[in-house]
Amino acid sequence: MNLPNWVRAFGRISLWVWAGLGLVFLFTPIFVTILFSFNEPTGKYNYIWNKFSLSGWTDPLKYPELTDALIFSLKIAVVVTAIATVLGTLMGLAMVKYKFRAKGMIGAILILPLTMPEIVLGFSLLTLFVSINWSRGFITIIIAQVMFSVSYVATTVRARIRGFDWRLEEAALDLGASPFRTFRKITLPLIAPGVVAAAMLTFALSLDDFIITYLNSGLDNTFPIQIWNMKRSKIPVQINVFSTALLVISVILAIAVVVGGNRRSRKLAGLTEVSGASLNS
Amino acid sequence: MASPTAVDLSAPVIEIDHVVKRFGDFVAVDDANFSIRQGEFFSMLGPSGCGKTTTLRMIAGFEQPTSGAIRLDGVDVSKVPPNKRDVNTVFQQYALFPHMNVFDNVSFGPQAQNVDKATIKKRVSEILEVVRLTEFASRRPAQLSGGQQQRVALARALVNLPKALLLDEPLGALDLKLRHAMQFELKRIQREVGITFVYVTHDQEEALTMSDRIAVMSDGRVEQIGTPAEIYENPATVFVAGFIGQANLWSATVTDRSATSATVSALGGSTLSGSCVADSVRAGAPVTLMVRPERISISMNPPCGDMQSVNAIVTDLTFQGPVVRLALSAPDGSPIIANIDPDADLPLLRPGHNVWASWAPTAACVLPDAPDQPRTLDDIVVEG
Repeated sequence: MNLPNWVRAFGRISLWVWAGLGLVFLFTPIFVTILFSFNEPTGKYNYIWNKFSLSGWTDPLKYPELTDALIFSLKIAVVVTAIATVLGTLMGLAMVKYKFRAKGMIGAILILPLTMPEIVLGFSLLTLFVSINWSRGFITIIIAQVMFSVSYVATTVRARIRGFDWRLEEAALDLGASPFRTFRKITLPLIAPGVVAAAMLTFALSLDDFIITYLNSGLDNTFPIQIWNMKRSKIPVQINVFSTALLVISVILAIAVVVGGNRRSRKLAGLTEVSGASLNS
Repeated sequence: MASPTAVDLSAPVIEIDHVVKRFGDFVAVDDANFSIRQGEFFSMLGPSGCGKTTTLRMIAGFEQPTSGAIRLDGVDVSKVPPNKRDVNTVFQQYALFPHMNVFDNVSFGPQAQNVDKATIKKRVSEILEVVRLTEFASRRPAQLSGGQQQRVALARALVNLPKALLLDEPLGALDLKLRHAMQFELKRIQREVGITFVYVTHDQEEALTMSDRIAVMSDGRVEQIGTPAEIYENPATVFVAGFIGQANLWSATVTDRSATSATVSALGGSTLSGSCVADSVRAGAPVTLMVRPERISISMNPPCGDMQSVNAIVTDLTFQGPVVRLALSAPDGSPIIANIDPDADLPLLRPGHNVWASWAPTAACVLPDAPDQPRTLDDIVVEG
């Protein structure tokens, strides 16, 4: 089409403006969280900007109940990530590799936790635990979180290994490797990027989950639940400090995974020694 | 490397004992029954879907026979998993491990079998020398050309010194020129290491060039097993005749049968004879008469002596470099193809000329018709 230059320029500029506004919309809450970690609130509620202060950062452990909750959350996240990653990866592998009866049905059941309202899942689990008379706490939180995390892991891993060349496994078996050695030396290294991505997703989901965890946590408080409980009496700046720290750690991890993954795929494509050019450019 | 002189060359390494493989209702391999001898280059040849790859995968252990047995050095391995069988495979697309360099790919086998480090190093460098890849040991598969990847796959499978090397269309992904070069490479390597090669291909030229013996397969059945010359000169079935090389295949009816030959009526009532070994060929039976195009000679007058001949009309001439391809029409309209020497002492032939096509009786084969074989004009063709 033959548009006058000023129309093209206008179109280009407004695209940038809209894209910028979109990003501002997405990142403002995060920015506010970071900013308010440097606030010195006037009362017990860290709502209104008063003045810059490092008090939250110099004394992050001021509220032991908050620190304990964070440690509890991290413990849960580690255990849930370990269990869900192993189970979900095996499920994802099975779903891609094998043909078996009721595969379609199992696939549907697998994505059910992703689509079902959390309140329904959380409440049905609570009903179950109450009816079999299990006291709620660490174990029930783990069970509840693993239940929905497995779906995320299986779906992620399944998507990442669609193009996996199964003859590589046959080749390894053919050369005399046991099925376990084949998995350890061939399958796992090759599907590792998908597994790591799934593990990171699970870790984040576990730290973050509120509804299902709240319903099945009994008297134990995870980090989100502790914030929820505290907010009636105070919202200390330490909440923002921990949130910011978690955010920074996860951004660093994500960058490490992306950079590592790129280097890895470039290595596999044989470009490290041939040229410095990136495949992705 | 294993010394081929130390073993009994006639002993079978692999025995395929009445093996049947079904996938649901589909019969992939139908009663295969043959053995492969120590040190030989054995090919399974046939069109796609003929069961050759399934047979290879059963020898490797990736599939299990529905019935029958597979024996390796006399031991039934039908139920033994692939990692416990002393055979190794070169895969169609090589299946090299992309996250490992050439050395690690090749040493994967011995490492899996807990061979000590020094021995692994020695064996890997030896085999890399055999396939001429010594200076590529630290490269990754993606940094190698197709031909080099092929040789890595070969080295990786040979380094274990298996009882037999199984090759599944290993040259299929290479271009024509490289394929010819690799055919010689493969033969050289096989001579050097002295290991039995079981080679699967759909390329008849490849099989004829490299093999000591060939099993021609079709629709899950082994049609014929023999040396390349046996299969080419004396095909057992119409399928083999058509699949290997070019062949004139004419419908015929048996008029007389002796122990090793048969006399038939074909090409519009001519009485012709050919060698015949099939028991099912009896007087009155419909059969196919086969003559290779290069065995037919052309003359302007009826040939004398012990030659078989028919009168025919030239329909087409094609110059093909070393030969002239002559298409003729027999009295009954059947096409006859003859490849003749451009130097042959003949007047300038043109379509419409009346000539005599003749051949020695030993050049003709009388082949039984399969019961389900369609009998149409299209069927009587020269396969390219």
